[in-house]
Amino acid sequence: MDSATDKPAGRKVLFMATCLCDAFFAETAKAAVEVLEHAGCEVLFPEDQTCCGQPAFNAGDFASSRKVARHTWRVFSGELPVIVPSGSCTAMCGHGNALQFEGEADLGEARDFGKRTWELCDYLVNGLGIKTWSGRYEARVALHHSCHTRGSGTGAAMKQLLSGIAGLELREFGQPEQCCGFGGTFSVTFPHISGEMGKVKLEQVLTSSPDLIVSADGSCLMHLGGLAARGGRPVRVANVAEILRDALLPAPAPAR
Amino acid sequence: MNPQPIDRYAETLARETRDSVSASAAITTEKRVDILARDFPDPDGLRRLAGQIKQHTLEHLDDYLAKAVRALRDNGVVVHFAADAEEARKLILGLLSERGVRRVVKSKSMATEEIHLNDHLAAHGIDCVETDLGEFIVQIDGDTPSHIVRPIIHKNRREIARSFEAHGLGDYDDDPETITRRARIHLRSKYMESDAGITGGNFISAESGRVVLVTNEGNARFSMAPNRLHLALIGIEKIVPRDRDLAVFLNLLARSATAQQLTVYTQFINGPRASTQPSGPEEMHVVLLDNGRSRVLATDCREILRCIRCGACQNVCPVYRQASGHAYRAVYGGPVGAVLSPLLAGERFSDLADLPKASTLCGACREVCPVDIPIPDLLLRLRARAKEEGVRTPASIPMAPFATLATSPALWRTAMTASRAMNHLPTAALPVKPLREWLKLRTLPEWRGGEFRKWMKKRKQS
Ligand code: SF4
Repeated sequence: MDSATDKPAGRKVLFMATCLCDAFFAETAKAAVEVLEHAGCEVLFPEDQTCCGQPAFNAGDFASSRKVARHTWRVFSGELPVIVPSGSCTAMCGHGNALQFEGEADLGEARDFGKRTWELCDYLVNGLGIKTWSGRYEARVALHHSCHTRGSGTGAAMKQLLSGIAGLELREFGQPEQCCGFGGTFSVTFPHISGEMGKVKLEQVLTSSPDLIVSADGSCLMHLGGLAARGGRPVRVANVAEILRDALLPAPAPAR
Repeated sequence: MNPQPIDRYAETLARETRDSVSASAAITTEKRVDILARDFPDPDGLRRLAGQIKQHTLEHLDDYLAKAVRALRDNGVVVHFAADAEEARKLILGLLSERGVRRVVKSKSMATEEIHLNDHLAAHGIDCVETDLGEFIVQIDGDTPSHIVRPIIHKNRREIARSFEAHGLGDYDDDPETITRRARIHLRSKYMESDAGITGGNFISAESGRVVLVTNEGNARFSMAPNRLHLALIGIEKIVPRDRDLAVFLNLLARSATAQQLTVYTQFINGPRASTQPSGPEEMHVVLLDNGRSRVLATDCREILRCIRCGACQNVCPVYRQASGHAYRAVYGGPVGAVLSPLLAGERFSDLADLPKASTLCGACREVCPVDIPIPDLLLRLRARAKEEGVRTPASIPMAPFATLATSPALWRTAMTASRAMNHLPTAALPVKPLREWLKLRTLPEWRGGEFRKWMKKRKQS
């Protein structure tokens, strides 16, 4: 990850919804837009966006993923910061692109695009300089640090923002750095190990008796929430964007 | 989709084995973090420094090798080169046969595992006894090590007690102390009866030709001290430039491997017995092993040669914890093995091309590696290599259709909305088999394709 502080912040931002929000987590994307607007941003949504290319990248099909990455930075061209409600897609646009464009003529463009791309919480805290998030949200929250936020500003930023919310209690649990086991297509090609990893993770998380699991990545949450439901111990999950937005609502936080 | 070998192996692994591998790997991981944080103000800085020293050495390996060879020879060591496993086996067998050696004691060495030395010597009538407790148990069981540092991480003490009983090492007793004492008594006589000692080597200083060996049981020292001949098989990547660099590596190695400040025994070997020394081997030979390493050096994955074999990446890896080391079908398993094993396999790369896919790319290995190897990046490069070479592994999912869809915005938008039909299909009727498998364990959230886009459009209009 590039260090968060050398990225340009701005009031006008481009929003990258991500393919997962496009397909499943409409609520997360809506929340992220509202959170950015609350922070004083004008949010632009380039209609031609699709996916960052990570599925092909992880499969080692760099020719395919470079094709998608090029499409993406063309759609998001310009100087404006690109804000993403996902640590994983942000890492793909930064470190992932830097790796797969090694030796390519447009490595420079890949780098420039990565430098403008921010995960939502990282942007709020380290881009816009927001120190605390106000509002109220009554819940015991287990914060899952998704793996692709390692080494980025996201983890600390999430914690900082959530800590400011009245009524919200962050619960600690063991082995916080442990992966949830999703890994995109990994969960399809290694179904057993992926499931077992998820169970190990859930075990740890649930020791903190949370009301809900919160993360910067909907994919981990989908995996953990889905495993919990199949395992007969359903637990609520929510992307951090939704908590930030719901905390601002006048009424008590809705049970989703 | 075909079964993925590592996943299938993990599925058939006994619960008990999985749990003990998992638990002990997790404990070591935790202790490692604690001891590094306690002893150093900036452990990550130290890891980066170690990585840079090793990277520098690799980039000038020709020079440092030549320097090391000169220094070793000045110390009275006979130096040999072995290009591959076969050459190494031949060389070692030759050295032993010429001297009429029949009994050898050996300390733990992954390089000797790599060339399957024990079997080769046994086939030629030379008895080679493993003296590291873990490796000794592996040997009497006819097993293979499943972890770089803890070869029997996959065995519990009840299994060990049973094999001791079966091999005439006393009645069944699963008390760890009893097991250790019995092994010690048994091995003491082996040391005394042996004609030669074989060891590996953790480091060679190019500056002084010192060979550094670390153990916790003192067995390396026993393996060489009472013998006429000491033979060390060492990978060419084990060189460090100067003696003072050893301070960095020894500090990191023990902490990363076993969460110790220092291993119990650390030997700096300056060559065969000097005339002023009361005992020690009269002859010392170092066999420098290539066995694919210079080939790895020429690839874009050369960083893996920085590895100091601490096993920390195995301990921290959530996939290794589920699958254990044998799942990787190679001498080196876990994250380091997923990179190194297919590379060392050379022309048989395709046989092990599934190994780099056994990872969620979670990056935990990268965070613990004492020489800062970017393991996830290397896994990705190997996946790309497999794709380029057209190797089909069970974990290959064709991505070209996805790329076409993801670069055709209008088509993408249509697909997003149209796929809502998925919500109304029963699981069994889903069009893709992997997806059906996936849903056995998990639930999929409701497909809401296009909903956000609609909402966004409306907002702009209002
Ligand atoms: S790759 Fe790094 S962490 Fe893994 S065994 Fe080698 S040195 Fe240790």
